[in-house]
Amino acid sequence: METVIQGVLLGGLYGLFALGLSLMFGVMRLTNTAHGDFIILGSFSTLTLVNLGLSPWLAMLATLPLAWLMGYALQRYVLNGTLGKDPLPSLVVTFGMSIVVQNLLLELFSADPRSIDTGGFSTQGIAFSPELSVGVLPVVILALALAVTAALQWMFTSTALGRTFRAVSDDREIAELMGLNARKVYALATALAFVLVGLAGSLQGVRTTVSPADGPALLLFAFEAVIMGGMGSFWGTLAGAMLLGLTQQVGFRLDPGWGIWGGHLMFLFVLVLRPQGLFPKTRG
Amino acid sequence: MDTNHPSYTVVRGTRGSMALFAFALMLVAFAASLPFWGESSWMREFVEIACYFIFAMMWNLMAGYGGMVSIGQQAFFGLGGYVMLSLGNFWGVNPFVAVVLGAIVAGLISIPVSWVAFRLQGGYFAIGTWVISEVARLSIANVSAVGGGSGTTLTALRGIEKATRESVTYWMALACVVASISLVYLFLRSKQGLALLAIRDNEVAARSQGIAVGRMKLAVYAVAAFGAGLAGALYFVGNLRISPDAAFSVNWSAFAIFMVVIGGIGRIEGPLVGALVFWAMNKFFSEYGTWYLIGLGLIAIVMTVYFKQGLWGFVQQRWGWTLFPTARKLQLK
Repeated sequence: METVIQGVLLGGLYGLFALGLSLMFGVMRLTNTAHGDFIILGSFSTLTLVNLGLSPWLAMLATLPLAWLMGYALQRYVLNGTLGKDPLPSLVVTFGMSIVVQNLLLELFSADPRSIDTGGFSTQGIAFSPELSVGVLPVVILALALAVTAALQWMFTSTALGRTFRAVSDDREIAELMGLNARKVYALATALAFVLVGLAGSLQGVRTTVSPADGPALLLFAFEAVIMGGMGSFWGTLAGAMLLGLTQQVGFRLDPGWGIWGGHLMFLFVLVLRPQGLFPKTRG
Repeated sequence: MDTNHPSYTVVRGTRGSMALFAFALMLVAFAASLPFWGESSWMREFVEIACYFIFAMMWNLMAGYGGMVSIGQQAFFGLGGYVMLSLGNFWGVNPFVAVVLGAIVAGLISIPVSWVAFRLQGGYFAIGTWVISEVARLSIANVSAVGGGSGTTLTALRGIEKATRESVTYWMALACVVASISLVYLFLRSKQGLALLAIRDNEVAARSQGIAVGRMKLAVYAVAAFGAGLAGALYFVGNLRISPDAAFSVNWSAFAIFMVVIGGIGRIEGPLVGALVFWAMNKFFSEYGTWYLIGLGLIAIVMTVYFKQGLWGFVQQRWGWTLFPTARKLQLK
């Protein structure tokens, strides 16, 4: 029972990791191989703001607009030039960014794992019964993941911005004929994705320790959640993240060396049985 | 090879490319004599860069010709290394023979692996293959017979004298370099190679011309896995010590991407030039550690955005040089 709860809570965090990736996949078919490293960059920028004297929650809030600006600029001035039928340029460029971000963080912050100090909030728990107690922070993270998923899904189906996202995703040329500037729409999508990345990074830094080399692992978790959940559905992504969190937690329970490994195997298993993912294309 | 027809000629090699080819052959013959006059540190350096080069060459075959961008080729690199080591340590196979066996096993394993990996395309394929190599790394780290996570040593070479071991490893590396260039070159010049280029340029059109796209991609994937396994087995014969983190490190793919992008993707000469540049940069700048890696990353980004054809692509466009003519050019009379 405790394993299941822990798994679902971990899944909430993975959901936040994965939603930004899902958004970028969905709108512009862009595979951001530096996704995990940008999450870690988010953790470290929050950490730096805290070190500068901001309170942890204010630092988190301040990270989000920074992430927005960075995402917008990156897409507008670098990544837009790499989009096209050939996946190679965007992969090489984002992979290059991954190496740059990782090593810059290593240079600036050293390889020591760090954590964002929240004055004890991250260790607070609610005891449901003598054997069962759940951390407040993981519950908050799960609630945030649910809220963000709902908000994204609503935005995609019911707002003008969501409609433009869907339009450029379905057919870029036609959308441009209708007067949309696809490059700007892409930049907005990436900016939004980076806000989620910044949020996920801050929370990761509060929940556990982060070190500059953690990025690739987080990218793989996020990717697995997106593929398992099925393309083009935010609720699917969240479900994929839950499945990954649960599998890892069960694996850890059996043997500390099996958690991550089990998660990867579950991903390959789903890929073989249901290559389209669990809940594909519910975005409509 | 010229095909004559009244109104046009299909040209492949030129006189210049023949001369360059002859020069390359002489260079190889000269290199083969290195153990008789060179220092052992040169040989070690060559073996290392040869492994990087073979690995990059195979990555180029997959990405530049097969259109499959992978970040997980280190799975086969590590497998080649571990198979070579296990054959040598546990079954008493001569490690130099085991190098080839390791490569063959890596090539064979890639066939069932492709069954999973090919369910993903484009960018998803790239990260999916990375997951597969992580599975290989974590699986090997759980096998205590090969030292688990901390790795183990190749003990099978203990009885052999150091000078002999280094010379044989060096010749082996040189032979592997020549063999892998020839393999890729002959493959690309064959009918299959032409089919591969057709798939890269337009998969749908190629399929409509009766090319078995799936089978071609599998063939490329298996050849590339064989090559990566060869590089891995060779690397750990030179290195004598293996660990899952070193064998399945994503840096192998990162360096391969760097070399191919620098030299020029989709050209046999690309990884060759890239490996030389990489070797030089490694020699002069690797002491800067993180800044060196940041530099490599930035160069890869800038090259991809502004200079897609790479160094050799530039040479080819400017002066029309080709060392390995695989293209067929039509000359109208």
